[in-house]
Amino acid sequence: MSKLTREEAQALIQEVLEVYPEKAKKDRAKHLMVNDTSLESSKKCITSNRKSLPGVMTMRGCAYAGSKGVVWGPIKDMISISHGPIGCGQYSRAGRRAYYVGTTGVDTFGDMCFTSDFQEKDIVFGGDKKLTKLMAEIEMLFPLNKGISVQSECPIGLIGDDIEAVSKKVAAEISKPVVPVRCEGFRGVSQSLGHHIANDSVRDWILSNRDGQAFEKTPYDVAILGDYNIGGDAWASRILLEEMGLRVVAQWSGDGTLAEMENTPNVKLNLLHCYRSMNYIARHMEEKYGIPWMEYNFFGPTKIAESLRAIAAHFDDKIKEGAERVIEKYTPIMNAVIAKYKPRLQGKKVMLYIGGLRPRHTIGAYEDLGMEVIGAGYEFAHNDDYDRTIKEMKDATLIYDDATGHELDEFVKALKPDLVGSGIKEKYVYHKMGVPFRQMHSWDYSGPYHGYDGFAIFARDMDMTVNNPCWNMLKAPWLKQDAAALQQAA
Amino acid sequence: MAKLRQCAIYGKGGIGKSTTTQNLVSALAESGKKVMIVGCDPKADSTRLILHSKAQTTVMHLAAEAGSVEDLELEDVMSIGFGGVKCVESGGPEPGVGCAGRGVITAINFLEEEGAYDEDLDFVFYDVLGDVVCGGFAMPIRENKAQEIYIVCSGEMMAMYAANNIAKGIVKYANSGGVRLAGLICNSRKTDREDELIEALAAKLGTQMIHFVPRDNVVQHAEIRRMTVIEYDPKAKQADEYRALASKIVNNTKFVIPTPLEMEELEELLMEFGIMEAEDESIVGKSKAAEVAAA
Repeated sequence: MSKLTREEAQALIQEVLEVYPEKAKKDRAKHLMVNDTSLESSKKCITSNRKSLPGVMTMRGCAYAGSKGVVWGPIKDMISISHGPIGCGQYSRAGRRAYYVGTTGVDTFGDMCFTSDFQEKDIVFGGDKKLTKLMAEIEMLFPLNKGISVQSECPIGLIGDDIEAVSKKVAAEISKPVVPVRCEGFRGVSQSLGHHIANDSVRDWILSNRDGQAFEKTPYDVAILGDYNIGGDAWASRILLEEMGLRVVAQWSGDGTLAEMENTPNVKLNLLHCYRSMNYIARHMEEKYGIPWMEYNFFGPTKIAESLRAIAAHFDDKIKEGAERVIEKYTPIMNAVIAKYKPRLQGKKVMLYIGGLRPRHTIGAYEDLGMEVIGAGYEFAHNDDYDRTIKEMKDATLIYDDATGHELDEFVKALKPDLVGSGIKEKYVYHKMGVPFRQMHSWDYSGPYHGYDGFAIFARDMDMTVNNPCWNMLKAPWLKQDAAALQQAA
Repeated sequence: MAKLRQCAIYGKGGIGKSTTTQNLVSALAESGKKVMIVGCDPKADSTRLILHSKAQTTVMHLAAEAGSVEDLELEDVMSIGFGGVKCVESGGPEPGVGCAGRGVITAINFLEEEGAYDEDLDFVFYDVLGDVVCGGFAMPIRENKAQEIYIVCSGEMMAMYAANNIAKGIVKYANSGGVRLAGLICNSRKTDREDELIEALAAKLGTQMIHFVPRDNVVQHAEIRRMTVIEYDPKAKQADEYRALASKIVNNTKFVIPTPLEMEELEELLMEFGIMEAEDESIVGKSKAAEVAAA
């Protein structure tokens, strides 16, 4: 499929909207746009962060998923209690591949599931006593935990359990932070509100815990915000920052610790990878502690070099030279990767539908490999995300917000991309359609994809997916002949 | 064997629902009817006069002790009191914690699953917490549960507001199920022209004042002894009042979808009977100081 013109893209959106009832059509039309790189703001072209329509297949998560799964869960030496019935805790356990170093069950707890396992009687009589007891048991069985967070599931908000009172009481008893988080799943329209609630609870219960305490500062202290170390992403990023001479004080929150978070107010600069899930705390630290923050992008050598230089610009010549040294060191290695994979991937078209930052952040990495992103969308973005996306995407490409199953299917059928990158719920649909697919939330159990090391793996993974011989075997023999005959006739 | 009739008693908190229900049920039992009371209030005071107890051990408390409601048997939760009346209390949390509404739902589901509504019963009475604050307290009037609703009220303004609000709730469930308003029970507070007022309210709601229960100290005398009047002093005049109410309910056939009043309409009625004065819009929101300054 050749590239669409603006008119063709617009017509495609109209065609896809056709099946909806009038009201749904009107609503969904606001969430689909044809990109126009000349735009300053996305506001007039796309609506985001609105309630999904009933009946469509939305891919969104809930506030609990945003708080427990994304922000709080990866803090490795704290224990997150899934407060409520068992399902939320069990189905959100260890699925996100936020890697960490430690001995699980002794000093780290990332892959474990702690839950108050609500029963009927807990709903009727309230769960406060059970929660208190659960915390005492945690303290006895896992004494090396550094703190506890209470992640509220839906019923907690309905029955009005006073988790704040329990948290304060237990925190005083065990002399560790105990953080109540009101991230009930029914709040908000997607996991995005959960990120915000989680950021606010970090702000209120964690961030200022060490204010006024001594801290050995250096002029080169930074913190990584919004890297959840999926498949080791934060590690592949951290080594580059350290190699250029910076000291990484904290990782939020992949492979992160409570102490790191509490020490973050001492840094010179906050480096924000996932803007959507952690811009709130970055803004707060700017306001309260005067710490500047900047977004960066460690996908693909072009963006990495840009970001390293932009980060270095906040520091002295020593760091600037360090950044150049790092870029110089890795450029030949990256050139070899590109030389190997670009010929196999050149001109391939990609459609993305992912979460917080990847729909725009990975574009540069694909372009480094000669690939082109022809459609991108987010499950739970806000308009400030789309403002950033329209700059990264080519003109007349498709941008879709909270896309439905139907919309994605139809876009893929019409645009015939060589690769779709999305989540686990989409994966098998496209496999069955015979479309090469990468799971771009968990890196399909691969990774890391961040940093120079990550790009080598990214390039290999995209190649082995797009050029995998299996796709040619998916067509039934009798249909293959038809296709061949048609091709000959044409 | 007549069909089982399920009745729910609603009304403003403190109006005398539990006392009226238990006296009424005692009168029914006295006349040979087989009756069950299901208390739907975490306070669990719907069966104390029948059982001569402080508060019956409730379904939810027993379930919490046993582990879950599935671990209970019907005989664990049901007590038999005066006149063979079967008594069950749903129970629930102390004020300020948990979810009392869910307790009502759980308890009623348990009774149904365990076959508490057996063929021998003539009547089931649900004595429900004052205000229908959430879905749980509407459970007794959902489909296949109570079909008749009696509202206990008096000639006081707030009791009538509450009655009208309950009627609004009934309309919702009347349209989706078979529940009907069966009448107002006036539990007298000795206000002026109380009977006429409640008759008038009943007429506006499209229903009837099924009985006027006069105020009588014997009710309190019986209550101190944790007894109904029927049991404490069967010869008392008040006992006959409850017997009259019982026989009217047995013979009741007037089941309606109520026509709740608009607020203005209700206020007009109250003004007509001198319970409420006409509103003076000019004084609304004025502090005493402002009034003094204006004078």
